[in-house]
Amino acid sequence: MSERKIRVLTAKPGLDGHDRGVKVISAALRDAGMEVIYTGLRQTPEQIATTALQEDVDVIGLSILSGAHDYLFPRIMELLEEKGMKDVIVLGGGIIPEEDIPGLLSKGIDRIFGPGTYTSEIVQYIQSRVKSS
Amino acid sequence: MDEKTLQAIREAREKWEERLTPKLKKFPERKESFETISGLQVKRLYTPEDCSDLNYLEDLGLPGEYPYTRGVQPTAYRGKFWTMRQYAGFASAEETNERYKFLLGQGQTGLSVAFDLPTQIGYDSDHQLSLGEVGKVGVAIDSLLDMETLFSGIPLGQVSTSMTINSPASVLLAMYIAVAEKQGVAQADLRGTIQNDILKEYSSRGTYIFPPRPSMRIITDIFAYCSDQIPQWNSISISGYHIREAGSTAVQEVAFTLANGIAYVQAAIDAGLDVDQFGPRLSFFFNSHLDFLEEIAKYRAARRLWARIMKERFGAKDPRSMMLRFHTQTAGCTLTAQQPPNNIVRVAFQAMSAVLGGTQSLHTNSMDEALSLPTEEAVQIALRTQQLIACETGVTDTIDPLAGSYYIESLTNKIEEGAVAYINRIDELGGSVPAIEQGFIQKEIQNAAYGYQKAIESGDRSVVGLNIYQTDSEKPSNLLRVDPEVRNRQIAKLTKLKKERDSNASATALKNLEETARGNENLMVPILDAVKAYATLGEICDVLRGVFGEYQPSAII
Repeated sequence: MSERKIRVLTAKPGLDGHDRGVKVISAALRDAGMEVIYTGLRQTPEQIATTALQEDVDVIGLSILSGAHDYLFPRIMELLEEKGMKDVIVLGGGIIPEEDIPGLLSKGIDRIFGPGTYTSEIVQYIQSRVKSS
Repeated sequence: MDEKTLQAIREAREKWEERLTPKLKKFPERKESFETISGLQVKRLYTPEDCSDLNYLEDLGLPGEYPYTRGVQPTAYRGKFWTMRQYAGFASAEETNERYKFLLGQGQTGLSVAFDLPTQIGYDSDHQLSLGEVGKVGVAIDSLLDMETLFSGIPLGQVSTSMTINSPASVLLAMYIAVAEKQGVAQADLRGTIQNDILKEYSSRGTYIFPPRPSMRIITDIFAYCSDQIPQWNSISISGYHIREAGSTAVQEVAFTLANGIAYVQAAIDAGLDVDQFGPRLSFFFNSHLDFLEEIAKYRAARRLWARIMKERFGAKDPRSMMLRFHTQTAGCTLTAQQPPNNIVRVAFQAMSAVLGGTQSLHTNSMDEALSLPTEEAVQIALRTQQLIACETGVTDTIDPLAGSYYIESLTNKIEEGAVAYINRIDELGGSVPAIEQGFIQKEIQNAAYGYQKAIESGDRSVVGLNIYQTDSEKPSNLLRVDPEVRNRQIAKLTKLKKERDSNASATALKNLEETARGNENLMVPILDAVKAYATLGEICDVLRGVFGEYQPSAII
């Protein structure tokens, strides 16, 4: 692993205010030694992409349960590409129907974590992905 | 209980424990220590020693009498069952109207409206920030026109309606009044509830618009308007539900909810209202989580504590001001995406504890809600769960049946004590608003949520299907999907409305609203005028945003 700590942006795109999950995951990533920047609520895709660029993050974790993922996630991927941030690993989580997952992965989302996922699984996944990239 | 009897019980218990020692060595207990879901210690055995200082008349009393521990109604469910009220709304007003008619046809006794996020945050469906969100977690309402469709064919004089709306509650209430008027129903005959609880939005749910101070003004204006014009309407539903969903413990749920209640009562008194003028129309909303007995104790403790607060702190005289009436929803956060049918059982236990705790109104979650909005079939089972409890189990035939249980009474006392300690702490911080502004409440909830997750991951807390008894269960295939076309249809409807309405009338109404917002008069009157002139929700909220500004939270992790 590089000497630099893994930097993660955790974000809530869209209007949904349910941030229990993203806050619990942020705390777990921080406890695992990562640097975590949480955007707070109601972030537009533009705000998320800009913050990710400014903060030079390795990973973006997007959390959403309102069902707006099918619009917001691909839009974020477009903006990251425009900004030349193809190396950032983008993870999604929340209430995302199984049938939507292949479509999101095809847009470049690295992985979708469903309800009931352990924070330890996410920590390990990020550690192994950042190391290998 | 007299000291001699207690002494005899103590001695007998101590001898019993001595006899237990060899047995415990041979058959150790499952865990070294046992705790409720909220982390309260659970003893091996409860005896009269654990509630020896309970004074029956002062601490419990009789049902329908102060301090209302045993319920606010003198006959409880022997008179009538709680209102069975399933929270529902999705896509457009047309589709939601059909779901309401289905639910009423299945024996549901009250409506409960779920609005989509743009509506909850005061944006029309054509707003940039509404992209991807229209009709997704609730119904999209842009104007009175949508509200007319939503309640088409539903007689508002006969049904009671709860609306989960907070920051723009005044606008949706005005729309409801206007629809009723068109149906020929007088305001005095309307029954229902608007959630209208902004403080928990800042700490737990996130659908705020304005900063706390103007938000509190809007709320006290609603209190004043309702007590004058809609005497049967619950002007607020002070909500612990979302605080618990955000991860709080049971004690925190009671404490933060009642602390918010204190803030509203104080704000209304400061605005010149008499506590007994609005006090009887305050209502509450709690979560029903998994720890069956802890939850029952929670409702009893909340009821007793609120009665004491209203009487002792605010000097209420009208007994109705002291009665904590509450709606309950089973805990969405306890449902698992793994093995969804297990959720039917979870919900049944949670609903049963709400009933044993004396709820006035209940929503039972559907088995598929960890995956999507409920299908018609899933919501029917959820409603049937309530009907089974009401009609088949017999628990509704006597009042507060678990009173006098040594454990329940001891736990009721513990929850009340814990909540009082938190409320004192919040008072020291200057009340709920400063406590939220300083992040105190958010931090307490987050710590509890993280602790709960860690307990699941370490196996200290068992969740069937998730960390024990896992299977590769098949996911249900018939989940409800909202057609993304809803947004385009809403926008077309909105464009047509703006073209066809009397634009002078709506512009004048918005201008009047702005003037009132800059002054001190009650906001409900110009909002009602604006709604009737078919000004949209977004236009009305934009006027208020212009005057009041928007809340800028600081994200804390």
